[in-house]
Formats: sequence, structure tokens, C-alpha cells
Amino acid sequence: MCGIAGLIYRGEQGGIGREMTSMLHSLKHRGPDSTGFALFGPVQEEQNILRFKLAEPQEMFGENQQSNFQIEEQLKERRRLVDERLQGLGVELHDQQQFTDYACRYSFTYQGDGADLARRIEDIEGVEILSMGKSLELVKDLGDANTVAARYELESFQGSHGIGHTRMATESDVDIRSAHPYWAFPFNDIAVVHNGQLTNYWTNRRDMERRGHRFTSKCDSELIAVYIADRLNQGDTLEAAMHRSIEELDGVFTYLVATRGQLGMAKDVMAAKPLVLYESEQCVAMASEEVAIRAVFPQEIDTWDPYDGEVMVWQT
Amino acid sequence: MADMNNTQSDAHDMGLHTEQLAGRSRKVFFTADTEEHFTPAWECPVDFQREAELDASDLDSREVNQRIRDLMSEGFGSITVRNPGARHGLGVGILNRLRLQFDGSLGYFGCGLLDGPNVRVSGRVGWSCAENMMSGTVVIEKNAGSTFGAAIRGGDLVCKGDVGSRTGIDMKGGTILIGGRTGAFSGFMMQRGRMIVLGDAGKNLGDSMYDGLIFIGGKIQSLGVDAVEGELNDLERKWLAEKLARYGLEAPRGVENMTKIVSGKQLWNYDNLEPAEKKLVL
Repeated sequence: MCGIAGLIYRGEQGGIGREMTSMLHSLKHRGPDSTGFALFGPVQEEQNILRFKLAEPQEMFGENQQSNFQIEEQLKERRRLVDERLQGLGVELHDQQQFTDYACRYSFTYQGDGADLARRIEDIEGVEILSMGKSLELVKDLGDANTVAARYELESFQGSHGIGHTRMATESDVDIRSAHPYWAFPFNDIAVVHNGQLTNYWTNRRDMERRGHRFTSKCDSELIAVYIADRLNQGDTLEAAMHRSIEELDGVFTYLVATRGQLGMAKDVMAAKPLVLYESEQCVAMASEEVAIRAVFPQEIDTWDPYDGEVMVWQT
Repeated sequence: MADMNNTQSDAHDMGLHTEQLAGRSRKVFFTADTEEHFTPAWECPVDFQREAELDASDLDSREVNQRIRDLMSEGFGSITVRNPGARHGLGVGILNRLRLQFDGSLGYFGCGLLDGPNVRVSGRVGWSCAENMMSGTVVIEKNAGSTFGAAIRGGDLVCKGDVGSRTGIDMKGGTILIGGRTGAFSGFMMQRGRMIVLGDAGKNLGDSMYDGLIFIGGKIQSLGVDAVEGELNDLERKWLAEKLARYGLEAPRGVENMTKIVSGKQLWNYDNLEPAEKKLVL
């Protein structure tokens, strides 16, 4: 089933971490397996923010206890390799944080090719970049929204907008790799959450792979992120890319995409997956169910459903 | 409805037979003798003058519904639920006369399986509002989500704002009245009843409808398979005017300019058609 939510403030920063947590926790019943956030903080033009994981949680807490002893050493080695490769690329590290045994956040200055950096990091066995950019911080893990937010200290996160997802695993495993949001590797500051199923996933994925795009999972939602990034890279506006996706992606879906200054929604031509919208002069909120919007706007407000094939994009 | 009585037999032939807007439709399913020995487990006499308020802030859906039942069993006939908070499944399964007011919005499957009550929701409702309603009235003051009034069999279901897609899917009776716009596939596989939409209708309106009537006040994006335009007659104009007036609504271009959609009935006995004939129908 899955739940999706998005919130964008118009022209200001706010407690996006706290409010997205409230919204996503209200959608826990739609997907208790994992929760993910793509939050956009103040833009750091001189710095890059890198969120990555060194392993899947299952590797840490698997049934095979022997593995646990091995993984501790492996994690140390993987992180050492990450640091070594960043140093080798001439990266100037400013801050390093580790929230769990397997999840890290680095901020750094780097003048080179970001895609090359990302590929070198992901070349290390078990390491996967969750997001990279000047504003985007992507956090996803197993558990409900309150659990994940507490683990990654998101309550105090200030920013302009964000999207999030509560996942009920249907077609792929319960792990971080298959959790949303998806970062549009290797493009900075683009993330997607999705509720639905794409029926021409493999056709599009093969086409993307032939053109050099990388996929980390077998989750159809990842395709949307890569698709949108590919269209943006070819010069489309976000709105044009999303309109095109309605034509080219088959299936039933509602998805949200967030970039550095924009947040958009798209709904398939059957309008088979829900989304409720609330728009005011201060902000725009959307979610699979109104109960999530009510979690942050309990007062009397007007909400509505977008229609089939509809695309809407808002600016910060 | 005074004028309607004179033409009741005509109306019945046309599928426009009058309905009880409040009361127990299921009475028609029992003979007098059967009914005499039939006592629903929780049917209770209520006094509309006795009013009660219920604050749903700290209650879950099950607790709210149980509290409504408790109040009904205590004889309260007018109940106001405050702070429903867009919770799912509120106000469901009420088979009793009752005036029920929700001050706020409901989530999914609100007011489903009703037979008798008169419900008003001051906010919005989520998907599948009033599914399988048998009788009574449900009036939504703002917007509604998709599958609004799915499979209703009787009563009046009113949304004064816009509704999502698949409105009145599989409806088998009753009236759905939309003050604004409706989305795609409205009236899909409709079998009986009437749907009135004062605004625009999305694509594939009335797709595969077997019977029933749809009246559209605005533009129709496209008709579905086997849905065709019919001719609006005087009786229907009267009925539309009466129905809209009852809920304080007006057709933007007047009822005389509404478009009537009916089944072309080419899909009837579809399974008996030859493949070539099926292609012609579709």
C-alpha cells in the first residue's frame, strides 16, 4: 500500500524534520516496514552533503551471529576505504557524523566531478550512497517515522521542503536498499517517493542502463528518480519531465519529486492511487491520506484530491 | 414533491420512482409477517430532541463508533461529533434513524453501510464515502475523494464541492449529487439510480453502465463505452429542480441545459456477442 507525504514552505525555512515526522507517523498503518525522509536544508553552495550507508541492517542483526562479529571489522574497513578514497580525490572534509553502525553523514568541499566521486565510493563493497547534494539530506531505515527520526536526530532539522515515505514491502525486500525515497544518482538534490506499481519497469530500466544509469535496487520507484533526473539532464523543466512521465510510465502510481527549490506531484491516468492536497499562502502539504495533513494542520482547512494525469509543481 | 405524485407511475417506469429520504429502506425486503418477528439486534428508538456531543480527539475510530451506538441506545437522536480528525471508518453501519453531525473531516470509508440516518459532514471526506448506503442522507459540505458513493442502493448522497474519480461506481440505486466537478470513470458500471453533477465530468463518464441516469451541468471530457446522450424530459427537469432545491444547490446553466447520459445498452448480453460484434460495441 505505502504512504507518501510532502511539505513545502513558501519562501521560508521551518521545522521540516519535525513536521514530516508527524505526517509520516500518521501514515504508519500504510507501511510499517521502513520510513524514509528526503529533507532539504539551507543550500550550502560551497559544500556537499553526503549520506551513505556501509551495510544493510540485516547484516548487523542477522540470524547468523558469526556474521555480527565479522561485520564490525568489515564496517571499519569500509569506512576507512571511503575516507581514503575521498582523501585521494582531494576532498576537504568539514564534518563527519555516524548515526548508526552503518549510516554516515559527511559534509565536504569538492571541486571535481560529483558523479565520479559517487562511483568511486559505491565501488567499495557494501557501501551505498543515499544522497549527495548541496541541500538534500536523505535518511531511510527500517521502522516507523518516530523511530527513524529519533535515530537520525531529525526533530531539529530546519529546511524549506521535504518528501517522505512509509513502506509496505510488496515486490522487493524489507531493507534500506528497497526503501524510499530514492536519490536520482548521480544528480545532486533530486529525490522521489512513490506509491503504486510500474508495469513497464524493466523496459525502461534496460533502456536507462544502456545509457549508463545505475540502479541499486529492483524497486520500480527507483526508476522514477532516474527517469526524472535523466529528463532534467536533457534540459526538461521539472514540470515537463513529470508530464512526460505520465505518458511514458505505465501502471498505477502517484509520486512526489523534490529538487533543490521545487516539489512536484504526478498522478497516473487512472487516478488509482490517492493523494490529498492542502495549499495556503505559507505552505503546501500533501499526503496519501488527510490524516497526515491533519497531524500538522489540525485546524479547519480545505483539502482536495488532484485528478487523473495531473501534474503540479510548487516553488520554495 | 407534490407535483411528482401526479406523475408517479410515469416516473416509476422511467426509473425515477420516489424514495424515502429518511427511514428504513430495508422494510421492503420483508413481508409484514416476517417483519413482525424481525428485531434487529441494535435497533433503538431515538428522540431527535435529545442532543449529545462527542469529542473524538482522543478516541480511535472503533471507540467513536461504539460511543455513537451507546448514545443511540440511550435514546439520543441528535449527535454531534467534534474533532473527527479525518480518521477512517467513522459513522459506519448505522441502521437507525439518527441526526449525526461531524464537525470536521472524515478519512476513508466514512459513513459506509448506512440505512436510515441523516448525516452532515462540515469538512471533507476521503475515499469511499457512504459505500453501500441503503437509505438516509449524507451531506458533505466540502470536497470528497474517489469512489464516492460506491455501490449505494438508496438514499441521497450529496457533496457540495468537488469529488475524485470513479464516483458512483457500481451504484445500484439512490441519488448522488455533486455540487462541483467529478473525476474520471464516474458512473462506471452503474446499474440503477441517478447521479447529478453540476460541474464538469472527467473522462470515460458512465463507462459500461447498465442502467440509471447521469445528469451533467458542465463539460464532459469523454463518454465511456456504451454511455450515450439522452434527451432530457419535463419530468426529469422537475425532478432535478426539486432535488437541487432540497440541498440549496443550483445548476450553473439551469437544469434545462443539463446533459443527460444513459446506457446505450449495447453491452447487455455482451457474452453472447460474436467477437466481431464485441469490437463494434467497444
